[in-house]
Amino acid sequence: MTTEQIVWSIFFSPLAAFLLICFVLRPAGAHGLAGLATIVGVAGALGASVVTFLNVLAVPGHELPLADYPWLTIGDLRLHLGLAVDSLTSVMLLVVTSVSLLVQVYSLGYMAGDTGYSRYYAYMALFTTSMLGLVLADNLLQLYVFWELVGLCSYLLIGFWFHRPAAAAAAKKAFVVTRFGDLGFLLALLALASVAGTLTINELFTEHKVAALVGASFLGVTALTWVALGLFAGAAGKSAQFPLHVWLPDAMEGPTPVSALIHAATMVAAGVYLVGRMLPLFQHAPAAMAVVASTGAVTALMAATMGLVATDIKRVMAYSTVSQLGYMMLALGLGGYVAAFFHLMNHAFFKALLFLGAGSVSHTTGTFDMRYMGGLRRAMPVTFWTVLLASLSLAGIPPLSGFWSKDEILATALAASPGLFWLAMATVLLTAFYVFRMLLLTFTGEYRGGGAAEAAANGDAAQGADAHGHGGVRLHESPSVMALPLVMLAAPAVLSGLVNLPTIPALDDFLMSRTVRETLEAHHVAFNPLLAAFSTGMALLGIALAWLVYGVKALRADSLGSALGGLPYRMLYHKYGLDFLYEKVLVGSLLYTVVCGLFAALDRYVVDGLVNGAGQLTRGLGRGLRRVETGQVQAYGLAIFLGVVVITAVAIVRG
Amino acid sequence: MELYLIFPELVLLLCALLVIFSDLLGARKEALAGLAVLGLLIAARLAMELVGPDKGGVAFAGAIVVDDFALIFKFLFLVSTLLVVLASVEYVERFEGVAGEYYAVLLLACVGMMLMASAQEFITLYLSLELTGISLYTLTGLLRDARSSEAGIKFLLLGAVSSAVLLYGIAVLFGLTGTTSLPQMAPAVASGFQENRLPLLLATALLMAGLGFKLATVPFQMWVPDVYEGAPTPVTAFLSVASKSAGFVVVLRVFHTALGRDPLAADWAAIFAGLSLASMTLGNVVAIQQGNIKRMMGYSSIAQAGYLLVGLAVVPQSGVSGVLFFLVSYTVTNLGAFIAIIALSDKLNSDRISDYAGVWQRAPFLASGLALCLLSLTGVPPTAGFFAKLFIFNVAVQQNLLWLVVAGVLNSVVSAYFYVGVIREMFLGAPVDRTPVAVAAPVALALFLAVAGTFILGVFPGPAMSVASAAAGSLVP
Repeated sequence: MTTEQIVWSIFFSPLAAFLLICFVLRPAGAHGLAGLATIVGVAGALGASVVTFLNVLAVPGHELPLADYPWLTIGDLRLHLGLAVDSLTSVMLLVVTSVSLLVQVYSLGYMAGDTGYSRYYAYMALFTTSMLGLVLADNLLQLYVFWELVGLCSYLLIGFWFHRPAAAAAAKKAFVVTRFGDLGFLLALLALASVAGTLTINELFTEHKVAALVGASFLGVTALTWVALGLFAGAAGKSAQFPLHVWLPDAMEGPTPVSALIHAATMVAAGVYLVGRMLPLFQHAPAAMAVVASTGAVTALMAATMGLVATDIKRVMAYSTVSQLGYMMLALGLGGYVAAFFHLMNHAFFKALLFLGAGSVSHTTGTFDMRYMGGLRRAMPVTFWTVLLASLSLAGIPPLSGFWSKDEILATALAASPGLFWLAMATVLLTAFYVFRMLLLTFTGEYRGGGAAEAAANGDAAQGADAHGHGGVRLHESPSVMALPLVMLAAPAVLSGLVNLPTIPALDDFLMSRTVRETLEAHHVAFNPLLAAFSTGMALLGIALAWLVYGVKALRADSLGSALGGLPYRMLYHKYGLDFLYEKVLVGSLLYTVVCGLFAALDRYVVDGLVNGAGQLTRGLGRGLRRVETGQVQAYGLAIFLGVVVITAVAIVRG
Repeated sequence: MELYLIFPELVLLLCALLVIFSDLLGARKEALAGLAVLGLLIAARLAMELVGPDKGGVAFAGAIVVDDFALIFKFLFLVSTLLVVLASVEYVERFEGVAGEYYAVLLLACVGMMLMASAQEFITLYLSLELTGISLYTLTGLLRDARSSEAGIKFLLLGAVSSAVLLYGIAVLFGLTGTTSLPQMAPAVASGFQENRLPLLLATALLMAGLGFKLATVPFQMWVPDVYEGAPTPVTAFLSVASKSAGFVVVLRVFHTALGRDPLAADWAAIFAGLSLASMTLGNVVAIQQGNIKRMMGYSSIAQAGYLLVGLAVVPQSGVSGVLFFLVSYTVTNLGAFIAIIALSDKLNSDRISDYAGVWQRAPFLASGLALCLLSLTGVPPTAGFFAKLFIFNVAVQQNLLWLVVAGVLNSVVSAYFYVGVIREMFLGAPVDRTPVAVAAPVALALFLAVAGTFILGVFPGPAMSVASAAAGSLVP
């Protein structure tokens, strides 16, 4: 196969699996083979990704020249269907395919016996295809198409267990919230097409395109800034940045492997990928860069605080994901291109591991609520040790992978903006605290009864938190199809930091491909041992605090809360009231009741009222047609007349 | 003779008469449907003969024109009618004893619309519009229940009002220019603009109102929810696509041919921009609250008319091509959605969205088809609706109508709320009973064709886009 065919096969291999499941396996009733089909498809993509990675590594400049094909022409805008592979793409491909493969294998155990087994694997194959398409796209329209497709798959998978109302509600929330971000993305596309006349990513970075974008302005702000803000809005929706982060914690209603793959390792990173990919454009819009950086820092801190009080193990992880994505955005906003993607890669591995560990725990205990776990260390040694490694990595303890990339981000922040640096540093402390709180609550102390105890506490025996667990039968380690992926993920979670050591910055050299080198101002920040020591100290302090509260119980969490008046706790527990604001106030009251009601009333009654008020005329007419005699027909006729009057008036006034 | 230019219409007319006679002679309903399909296919084949350079032309002293622009609409009407006929084969059981009339009148409506696409002169235009209108009123009231009759009578009364308004507009224009021919009117309108500004604006407003009724735009949309809800579902489907397209073909031809020169063109473009904003906002916002799927689709069609009007807010040719592509994708998408609704509502015996709970488990094909079409209406790629919106918004951005585009994109976010609401109900709701819903083969075929069209246009919109541009070029040079 040629280099190009190999690249295309990365995309088509999981697609073939999806089509096979939909059109052959499901109709034939061979549901059991669906898992195998997806695994083979994704494995094929992984193999091709490895070959592609080696090809990219071998080429000077780290970019593969690939042909593209004419797709469509809109006016003067010519769009092509094509793939672009450079060093960033090849790294993303490896991350997506390897995490996806392990998650698919793990799902063999986790989803075994589920009634939607083949449907699950079909969605997962489609998701992997779309995510790979997103990463491979060489123009923004193509990227947008796959962007929406991954959103759709996410919707389907969050609502996978549709018998749970919470799952259905969460799915819709995710879809609608992210679409608000996509609004910005779409407008940015239109603006780019109109001002720059191209949507091909690398063409947009050329000097005269940038000049055109800087030259045009709207409402006193350059077109480039608007475009960057629009793209960032899309990215903030996908990557769950404040204030569009509300969907991600709820998305945990989906099956846990889905959370691991989509809502931790890959899709949510798509926003970071988009901003990073477009960074050569963003850097010319300092205002937009400042927005990206500060949104990232605020999100990182805010999500970490909400992670402190969550009792659902997956929600802790979800807040942690939001927080870590905030770090990546912070890095990008400060020009830390390599730092952001370094962290993205490391995060993908250790967070996927954490989620799969959480799934493994709930598989045995039948609950996700940490208040009903505890003492699982002895029963589940593999899960415990792997999750411990991932937690240390997340907390940023050297020499695990999370330490290296987080340190690069902190160093970037310190060099660029002290204010944001301190926000990021505070987040380090909180991160270490919440992740060890999770670890201690889950694995140490006494076992608190699992799903059965939870059901008893909630007073309904029928409903365990998860239809999946065996619910407090006998605690045991998960089957090896589930344990093996944990072990295999533990390796990169520990080691992936080594690809970009301060002394051997291999990733740094690799990611600076020719185009990036030519178009992006490099922000290389030297390793700072003092900073590294300080941040490690903060992380250790966080771990120590968690140990005091949840390990030896020298401090009590609720007394800590009540000492502060309980208000901070309540505020965090209710997620700063944002859900309430969005759901009850904005959507529930304002949109649904007030706006919709107003328009509906306008549509139905205003004209009726006009007629009725005008006289008894309506009643006299059409007495024989009882049902018609609601005044409506006459009212509608009057509306037509009024329309003519208004249009004429407007036309005259205008001229 | 130029008679060959209207061969497709003549064949269809003949077919309609044949259907009625066969019905009288006691032919089976399936045979009647088959006859209608045959007539439509022959008409389409004959219309194909007219495609190509030097093939079309002008007939009957300029009353009828066959150009690329007219032809694209003729095919659109033929395809819509064909799909509606296929989708109705089971539903006709509900027309106690008037199934033959149903097919025949449907064909007559199609003839009327095809003539509307070709009419280049106001009397011809008005007559074909009435042929269509009266056929549609009849179809709406064809069910023998109170709602259907109510809808039919409402539609008739309001249709008559709108026709009267339209005639006033035509009369004023005739008075000002002394001709009913659209091309001959153009120079007279342009030269007399300064002295006759007021009556010209009045005539424009009257035409907008009379034709706005067909398009179902605000503020001439009031009939939509009642009529959509009361009409037999296949007729609702037909109304939502074919009747709307017929309205657009007339609006485009009248405004671009007769009134298409500045400064009048700038005036009507600005008004259409306002109507566009009002339509999409009202349609989408009110659709959120609907519990009946046919009413919801009614408001949705008002909103879609709003998006379409974005193309009329732009005078140059690009606006027309945007509208054409949008109409093509809207037709296949909305028909697809309605075909699924026809089949589902017929079997569930309900139009309530809440009764669609869990139908995915009972009718996976119908539910998936409907879901895809609803996503296309929302504008999610890779479906036809995405590119339709992208093209039309892109055209508007080029013309600096940024505010309208922002409103349009915002509206499509709002629309996600109710379109996805139906999908959520179908896929994530719990079914009341689990008996599978059977689908008749012709209905399945119709749905498959519509869904395939929606998907193909969403992945490879290029060819359709060039056809639309070429057709737009024949209207606005």
